[in-house]
Amino acid sequence: MTSVPVGSDPVQEVGIVASGDVVKARQIIRTLAQQSRLSLVDQTKLVTAASELARNTVVYGGGGTMRACVARDGAKVGVWVQFTDQGQGIPDLELALTDGWSSGKGMGLGLSGARRLVDEFDLRSAAGEGTTVTVVKWVR
Amino acid sequence: MTERVPVLKIGDVLLVSIQVDLEDQMVLDLQEDLSDRIVATGARGVVIDISALEIVDSFVGRMLATIASISRLLGAETVVVGMRPAVAMTLVELGLSLGGVRTALNLEQGLGYLNSARDKQLGVPGFTAGSPDTGAETR
Ligand SMILES: Nc1ncnc2c1ncn2[C@@H]1O[C@H](COP(=O)(O)OP(=O)(O)OP(=O)(O)O)[C@@H](O)[C@H]1O
Ligand SMILES: [Mg+2]
Repeated sequence: MTSVPVGSDPVQEVGIVASGDVVKARQIIRTLAQQSRLSLVDQTKLVTAASELARNTVVYGGGGTMRACVARDGAKVGVWVQFTDQGQGIPDLELALTDGWSSGKGMGLGLSGARRLVDEFDLRSAAGEGTTVTVVKWVR
Repeated sequence: MTERVPVLKIGDVLLVSIQVDLEDQMVLDLQEDLSDRIVATGARGVVIDISALEIVDSFVGRMLATIASISRLLGAETVVVGMRPAVAMTLVELGLSLGGVRTALNLEQGLGYLNSARDKQLGVPGFTAGSPDTGAETR
């Protein structure tokens, strides 16, 4: 799932550098969610997850890229979203995914909450090597 | 300069109606503007209408909780009104139940709650809870 399923729509790519880009990311994902015909609740969950991940990319990753598309895998349709940055990375993935743990002054709900809000969640990172988070939400 | 969310004063209530997708800086500005306005106006209540918001993420959620705490310290009660059902379901799954934030279904119920809370505080006899008559200045 870290690469787009074969047969998916073309991938859109957008820089996520400033806080205004978090708003842009939400709008792009909302449009893809509507195109893939996710239910209203699932659209809301996916856009919220994307908002959390985009903010992390800006705040902790020092800026990066969002890639997203309508995903098609056999009979399944959904939205595939990936955030990549070349920032400080996450030394302890398990800790970062713990509800309430933040290295800054956040609530520590972004990563763990985003994982609950999507169907597939993949986090790859190491200290000093940047971070890649990939998520998919499928139409039920 | 980013755009700012307007804060309206109606009687002794401050009304904030969020109509655009909020950038983080706007959220922080709103927190500050509201605190200043509560003190400047002596407002007893704050209503935040989020019916136009398609999502509330952890940043905005935390702002709502912070505003509720700050305004309580400044002598005003906060009611968040108009949360969409999909937003409520998402917030709970995100892990944010906003336990310390008073909510109401819509603007009318929110104002009604603030009215009855104020009447109770002032010991006004025979008030009806949820009365939509909000224009009355008691002091
Ligand atoms: N892209 C990233 N690069 C480096 N570190 C990250 C990245 N994303 C998350 N982290 C680390 O993981 C921690 C947890 O992230 P999470 O989003 O759950 O919480 P938060 O951003 O601190 O708070 P919240 O999102 O609730 O406001 C962060 O505090 C940060 O240390
Ligand atoms: Mg976060």
